[in-house]
Amino acid sequence: MVKMIVCIKQVPMATELPWDAHTGTLRRDLAEGMMNPACKHALEAALTMRHLHGGHVTAVTMGPPMAEEVLREAIAMGADRCLMLSDPALAGADTTVTSFALARAIEIFCPDFDLILTGCHTTDSETAQVGPQLAEELNIPGIAYVDEMEVRDRSIRVRRFSDNFLETLETDLPCLLTVNTLHHSPRYVPLSGLQDAFGEVNLLTVKASDLGIDPESVGIKGSPTKILNVFAPRAEKENIVLKGAPKKIVEEIFERFDTKISGIIKKDIKREGQG
Amino acid sequence: MAGNAPEIWVFGDYRNYFQNRVTLQLLSRATDLAGRLGAVVCAAVFGHQTDEWVGEYIAHGARKVYLVENEALRDYSTDLYVAIMERLARQYRPEIILVGATSFGREFAPRVAKRLGTGLTADCVGLDISEEGLLVQTAPAFGGNLLTRIVTPEKRPQMATVRPGVFQEIPHNYQATGEIVRVPMPADLPGDRIRLVSSEHRPPTSQKLGDAAVVVCGGRGMGGKGKFRNLYELARLLGGEVGATRPVVYAGWADEDALVGQADKHIRPKVLLSFGISGAIQHTAGIIDAGFIIAVNKNPNAAMMKMADVAVVADANQVCLALIKELRKRLRG
Ligand SMILES: Cc1cc2nc3c(=O)[nH]c(=O)nc-3n(C[C@H](O)[C@H](O)[C@H](O)COP(=O)(O)OP(=O)(O)OC[C@H]3O[C@@H](n4cnc5c(N)ncnc54)[C@H](O)[C@@H]3O)c2cc1C
Ligand SMILES: Nc1ncnc2c1ncn2[C@@H]1O[C@H](COP(=O)(O)O)[C@@H](O)[C@H]1O
Repeated sequence: MVKMIVCIKQVPMATELPWDAHTGTLRRDLAEGMMNPACKHALEAALTMRHLHGGHVTAVTMGPPMAEEVLREAIAMGADRCLMLSDPALAGADTTVTSFALARAIEIFCPDFDLILTGCHTTDSETAQVGPQLAEELNIPGIAYVDEMEVRDRSIRVRRFSDNFLETLETDLPCLLTVNTLHHSPRYVPLSGLQDAFGEVNLLTVKASDLGIDPESVGIKGSPTKILNVFAPRAEKENIVLKGAPKKIVEEIFERFDTKISGIIKKDIKREGQG
Repeated sequence: MAGNAPEIWVFGDYRNYFQNRVTLQLLSRATDLAGRLGAVVCAAVFGHQTDEWVGEYIAHGARKVYLVENEALRDYSTDLYVAIMERLARQYRPEIILVGATSFGREFAPRVAKRLGTGLTADCVGLDISEEGLLVQTAPAFGGNLLTRIVTPEKRPQMATVRPGVFQEIPHNYQATGEIVRVPMPADLPGDRIRLVSSEHRPPTSQKLGDAAVVVCGGRGMGGKGKFRNLYELARLLGGEVGATRPVVYAGWADEDALVGQADKHIRPKVLLSFGISGAIQHTAGIIDAGFIIAVNKNPNAAMMKMADVAVVADANQVCLALIKELRKRLRG
């Protein structure tokens, strides 16, 4: 029997969101939320593990109230219960604060775990920091970028590909793994299952104060890093601008740059060089 | 204890030395920063039989190397390396620690930062020193259209990770000398909780795209999978390779191998042709070493157009087809 926790984050559905040139902000209003793909793979890995060894799976998320959707999706996929951590005081949390808050929630509401799975990274930040930092917070061994896993008694053996090394590693439970998107393809959830998950389910919602977290320690004040400013990147080049009919433009490019291009592609493309 | 001059540390990530130059690139950047801070550039090297790497780091700019040599450190270990870095940082109090964003670095740096109770900025594309002497960490924000400048005003050390290829290494100078501070393996180090059962080196996959002299890169503006295929014909005529942006790879117009961008997908062609690409920083971080850039986009204000030598305001696919036609004509015979 393996008692598991899967950390799930809601991310914008379109990672390539349009940007409002006037306000300089991301048009988040255009975004629909979805479960971060790597988290889905982590959940699938947990469900497979439960199938093999028994046990249960708790899905945990921290986010705005809307993020409850991904927990319900987790239930539809097969999670046994959910824990939702939502508090305005936690808005805009960086990875340090996120891992801190998740750790406190786990310690209080599901302390009796064998295995924590997180995604290897999220599509909206790709920092890949929350998993390793959560392991630090809980003072348990952690292994990142795991492809395959296998529990034997009280230990777990994993395989991963890291910096050109194919590694097999072993550690004792409890531990934390961050799961890659190469294996554990998420199961398909039929619409009816999704609908059921929006009914009565085992979902507990908690606030920062339930965790005994001092809002000061997690807000802007709590974060060691500060944003100075946000700006649009600029590059300096001669920047010749060509407009008009494609055929004309292409002729002009060849007129002006044929020597340069010929030299690089090591083929003669100059007009005079023909035949 | 801390000497007079502040120190900038670079984590010596020597595994895959010949492919992975990120430590050398960071030493180079650290050298620039040190000039402005009056700081000393140091490498922190943990391992077994590391003389060769220590020598290389000194040749590439390290003025001091903190070296922990021990048989138990023969293989990279997150647990042990994090514990050692924590102790060294508490003892010697570096101002700044820079770590390459390799798989190992991405697991190592967040844990070190957490133990030291300091901040960490991931995937910086720029590092500078502010007037107040703070490390200004520039990182992509809001999906890559914008950059954000971040500082760590109070906590020390200031920590950042940087992907390979962002900075240029300085050529080696084997005349350079550096101080080697041999730190004994801490006796009370907790044991490694993770057991390495086996480790097999797999040579890196094809570098064809990374080494190509000509790259034809396509983005969402190509308009569809069928049109995107035309780029392969253009690349073939030019003797080049095809690259793609992330949405294009996600949409299945191109293989994952073709992805160009911050995630270690750096290309350095002499000529880059860019079609229907907006120029988000996560993409352009992969092409900073490109030589001559021709960009085609309907929108003259796209970031990609601004960084091009030649910005062509037109339909990407039509220009691609016109180029194919013209090249075929010129290459005939
Ligand atoms: C954490 C993270 C990591 C990322 N990593 C990467 C990465 O490694 N690599 C990467 O590429 N992206 C990455 N991205 C995505 C990146 O932010 C951009 O969204 C992406 O590069 C945009 O791709 P694009 O230029 O093809 O598409 P768009 O941004 O949609 O741009 C399409 C462009 O085509 C132009 N266009 C449209 N129609 C035409 C036409 N008919 N003719 C000519 N031009 C036309 C438009 O004007 C526009 O400029 C990442 C994003 C995140 C959040
Ligand atoms: N707000 C959150 N709530 C729950 N899990 C999270 C949250 N943020 C990050 N994670 C977990 O950490 C992983 C890596 O996220 P990141 O460090 O943001 O790339 C995700 O795949 C999740 O499993």
